[in-house]
Amino acid sequence: MAEVKLYGFWPSPFSHRIIWALKLKGVEYEYIEEDLSNKSESLLKYNPVYKKTPVLVHGDKPIAESLVILEYIEETWPENPLLPKDPYERAMARFWIQYGVDTTAALGAFYHGRGEELEKAAKELLESLKILEEQGLGDKKFFGGESMNLVDISYGALGYLLAAVEEVKGVKVLEPSTLPRLHAWAKNLEELPVVKENMPAYDKLLAFVTGSMNRLAKN
Amino acid sequence: MADEVTLLDFWASPFGIRVRIALAEKGVKYEYSEQNLKNKSALLLQMNPVYKKIPTLIHNGRSVCESLIIVQYVDDAWKANAPFLPSDPYQRAQTRFWADFIDKKVFEITKKIWTAKGEELEGAKKDFIDCLKLLEGELGEKPYFGGENLGYVDVAFVPFYCWFYAYETCGKFSIEAECPKIIAWAKRCMKKESVSRSLEDPEKVYEFVLELRKRLGVD
Repeated sequence: MAEVKLYGFWPSPFSHRIIWALKLKGVEYEYIEEDLSNKSESLLKYNPVYKKTPVLVHGDKPIAESLVILEYIEETWPENPLLPKDPYERAMARFWIQYGVDTTAALGAFYHGRGEELEKAAKELLESLKILEEQGLGDKKFFGGESMNLVDISYGALGYLLAAVEEVKGVKVLEPSTLPRLHAWAKNLEELPVVKENMPAYDKLLAFVTGSMNRLAKN
Repeated sequence: MADEVTLLDFWASPFGIRVRIALAEKGVKYEYSEQNLKNKSALLLQMNPVYKKIPTLIHNGRSVCESLIIVQYVDDAWKANAPFLPSDPYQRAQTRFWADFIDKKVFEITKKIWTAKGEELEGAKKDFIDCLKLLEGELGEKPYFGGENLGYVDVAFVPFYCWFYAYETCGKFSIEAECPKIIAWAKRCMKKESVSRSLEDPEKVYEFVLELRKRLGVD
């Protein structure tokens, strides 16, 4: 069986998505940590278009863009399916995964916002998450039903990473009072062994987010 | 059991055109419903509550939203002929990567070409040509991105061809001069009925763009 390598960046939820998917499928892989301030030759060779992590290399074939990688993993290792088989349910799953791209953008604005902009960004993030909670998650425990699927994997950052950003910003968005079902979903997700054992230590992540924000503030 | 298929669309939208091509390729009979985007119908708001946008496909009462998700759904739901995606998982991943590239990069850049002026316009033109050159590299010597037949990337990108005249006239440049292979590819696609019947007249599109520019106060 061809070798699987994952080029990742330890605080990045985009990398964590891939780790969780590979673990859920029982795929052995080699993890290579990238220093994004000094990108390796391999990364530039394997992802010439975006020069970003994560990149999965299977044998000698590179795949870039986390959502593309997730679909590849799902198709290459079909055991323990992470997407519905029915075409309509599959389309709905893909819709909510794609909706997450907007959520990520809103999270980014929250991360970068200061003063009035921060308030506005927090409000927009909350609105974005309300739609996700009401129409995406509904009354389900996970987006995948009783167990996690690619949709849950794609929203992983809403747990640990958002919590770290909220702490540094001093503004809470995802709370039991504002988003009860989504908040419960995030807690349930983090209790799953595959997530619990494969996410960065909270204080290390907090230090990273704090440092990154201080650097942004200086510029 | 007869399939009931309705497409909520707007004539000039390249995203809508993607779905028209996909349905034509599969030989699906459907009702085309032109939408008034300045005064959205109750049906559109009901069928696409999250984004309230076109294209929205309604298949036997259930809606699918977001053009590339709709195209994948059409591929899954009408499996018997004209597959858009290759069967090999790695080829599928590459196909998804380039369709995503078109959505991430190409659309945003082209909007700048018909709205921006001066330096911003020149920058957008350069970025657009750079994207097209990358796509030319991906096309290589193949007649279509899908190989011997139209595939997912062809369906994703060729709708923009009927907007090229508008880009060239607004931006005062020739796409063919810089990227002849892309134009040759587009003309080859246009020989297919599914494409030629789905794309709009470039002159009509240009008139529409002029109206939009007036509305946005560009001129």
